[in-house]
Amino acid sequence: MSTSEYDSYRPPEPEGGRRKRRRGGRGGSGGPEGPGGRRGGRGGNGRGGGWKNRGADGNREMPMVEDVEFTSYYGRPIVKAPPWGDEIGTYLFLGGLAGGSSLLGFGAQLTDRPGLRIASRMTAIAATGIGGAALVADLGRPERFLNMMRVVKVSSPMSLGTWILSGFGVGSGVTFAIELDRITGEKLLPLGPLRKVLHGLETPAAVESAFFATPLAAYTAVLLGATAVPTWNAAGRNGLPYVFVSSASMAAGGAAMALAPVAETGPARLLALAGTAGEAYAMSAMRKRMHPAEVDPMDDGEPGHKLHRAEKLLIAGAVGTAAVEVGARVFAKKLERGGVGGSGGGVAGAIADAVGTVVGTSVSGKRSWKTRAVLRGLSVVSGAALAAASAYTRFGVLEAGIESTKDPRHVVEPQRARLEERRAAGITDDSITTGR
Amino acid sequence: MSTPTIDGGALADGHWHDSAHGRKGFFTDTSICIGCKACEVACKEWNRNPQDGTFELLGSSYDNTGSLGANTWRHVAFIEQDSDRIEKARESGRKLVNLGMPTIRPRTDENAGAQPLDGALGAAAEGRTSAGLPTTPELGVDLLAPGALEPTDLSNVDTTPPDTADFRWLMSSDVCKHCTHAGCLDVCPTGALFRTEFDTVVVQNDVCNGCGTCVAGCPFGVIERRDDGTINTPTDRDDRKAADMDVPNAGTANKCTLCYDRLVEGQEPACAQTCPTQSIKFGDRDDMVDQAHDRVAELHAKGLTEARLYGANPNDGVGGTGSVFLLLDEPEVYGLPPDPRVATKDLPKMYANAGIAALGMVAAAGLAFLGSRRS
Repeated sequence: MSTSEYDSYRPPEPEGGRRKRRRGGRGGSGGPEGPGGRRGGRGGNGRGGGWKNRGADGNREMPMVEDVEFTSYYGRPIVKAPPWGDEIGTYLFLGGLAGGSSLLGFGAQLTDRPGLRIASRMTAIAATGIGGAALVADLGRPERFLNMMRVVKVSSPMSLGTWILSGFGVGSGVTFAIELDRITGEKLLPLGPLRKVLHGLETPAAVESAFFATPLAAYTAVLLGATAVPTWNAAGRNGLPYVFVSSASMAAGGAAMALAPVAETGPARLLALAGTAGEAYAMSAMRKRMHPAEVDPMDDGEPGHKLHRAEKLLIAGAVGTAAVEVGARVFAKKLERGGVGGSGGGVAGAIADAVGTVVGTSVSGKRSWKTRAVLRGLSVVSGAALAAASAYTRFGVLEAGIESTKDPRHVVEPQRARLEERRAAGITDDSITTGR
Repeated sequence: MSTPTIDGGALADGHWHDSAHGRKGFFTDTSICIGCKACEVACKEWNRNPQDGTFELLGSSYDNTGSLGANTWRHVAFIEQDSDRIEKARESGRKLVNLGMPTIRPRTDENAGAQPLDGALGAAAEGRTSAGLPTTPELGVDLLAPGALEPTDLSNVDTTPPDTADFRWLMSSDVCKHCTHAGCLDVCPTGALFRTEFDTVVVQNDVCNGCGTCVAGCPFGVIERRDDGTINTPTDRDDRKAADMDVPNAGTANKCTLCYDRLVEGQEPACAQTCPTQSIKFGDRDDMVDQAHDRVAELHAKGLTEARLYGANPNDGVGGTGSVFLLLDEPEVYGLPPDPRVATKDLPKMYANAGIAALGMVAAAGLAFLGSRRS
């Protein structure tokens, strides 16, 4: 036998294999009565026992779960992270944004809010286009992206998602073409007699797009959930779809607030506020139900920072949005004048509003102009904050999952815990490891 | 699998629904693995898998491969353990046996009726303590093939390896599990992954577009996209492209095919054929499971309660694996998940939640428009 320096190497002992866990970050959010309370009483599995003696080192904190003792294979990952980078994070955000915007666009069409309608439809198609391109770019073989359309597979959220996105894209594209045609004075597109057909398709296309809108916002949660990545899987089982549709509502509402005139974005504000409330609630409920080892990646490191930032932006955006909403209701009359002027200008988003404000200035007095400018500014800032919060949430969740594959602790501890839980409940026939 | 069969469509199509093929699988008996890595080499050569990493030493015993991946379809794990760990493994294995109806004789009976053993096992048996627990050398002895335990002229030679009484070396050749409920197959959006007539799971590399969903779908971390993507073993593989080599099927998902191209020719997989100790056995999956049950009972009868099966249970989270393992410690010691569960089992619930969430969003949007009606 040789005697190189590697011969004296021994795999790490259990103490070394366990990672120090961070608990401070979640202490206040009701963690102790979460999983800890449920699992606390079940200590009779004879593993380790060291956790019961904790405190001798000055750490008097009540253990939430017993330390699961395990030796990993040199600390190497057990499950692999998918090769999904920022493109997928971008898509998660844009997909939600597109879905929510399409809903707003359809509503705006029905309630005659041209500024909101144009802004939402433009947002939807831009988000769909960029998001789709990001998806293709993330493939290992981008030139084969059409292979996604070979099958319709219910067991594959990615497959269903492709069809949802495609269906959504069709309706969204048609409404975009109609808006583009309108903005360019029905001259730019060489449609001829087809113009009537195109415009006749507006409502069907809007309905079709709206039909696929919410599945588009929700399916990405299932896509992440139906994986072996511990944090995603646990999140998917514990309400990630609610987080994602809330996030989508927030993003779409925020984008519309930033792009459309204040007088027309009442529904966008309400939707965004519903989204913020939904996300705040769904996220904390989800975290409580997940195993601590599955939540940790959402608290630590870069993903933790992102989710924390998302929280801050969410609160700031919600407060701003609420302020705009109150302002819009208090100063409804002043806005109405400006709003009418704006829609009369008939140009998308900020341009429409800019035109509106200019027209408004000439029509009404200076005080009205100031009020509208302040509300508009606040609306833009809060809307952007909400959209950014949504983006941070998506990136945070995506990266937390990827992070959770890097340390086998996130895989082994929850799996051990559920295995022991089943055994404690008397179910002993479903373990992959058998004595016989 | 892009490799066509010799008689073309007739065989490929004709055998699709042919029940003459049983389900094929591996039984990897790690108790007789000697860590020679012949399986890794044979696999790599037969499947023409490109180089993985740059031949650096990973500092993990004799394992410098790291893990299974796009280019490594057999991976031999090396674990070095002291007596504490061995005792723990023995204890955890005993508990596993005691779950449910015991069919193994209690250890005390076995000790009482212990026959004097010849050869190396006899030397090991002498080390038994008064508590009835054997000391450790036994395992080292059991690394011999079962046939080697016959009486030999080595009977009065102490073949216990020196300085290893409190030490053992676990070696295990890991491979794709070819699950009954395969997560990778379920979530593949292109249909590139398919189940063969041998009930194995294979990637069609000419169809795969490298979306990477299967990578996340595998609870064992087996399948991987062949590129220098985001997954790396702890060692730095930035210069994976440094070597000038022909990389087939780049950008697509790759994993063990259970040598599909050899199976259709009636051959056994390269790794099983090359394994010098028959640690890797190949055959009908039912036979493999039977052999595994026999072998674990045999080891238990010798007091090696640390022996346990991995993947032989059809009720587990993946419905049983096509590749069954006999392990000598907890699965996570080998880098295997202790309670894998195919993620698509959760799909119905997740779809239901997503549906409710989607309806909730429609309702929220509707209410938002109702709530801001202009009077």
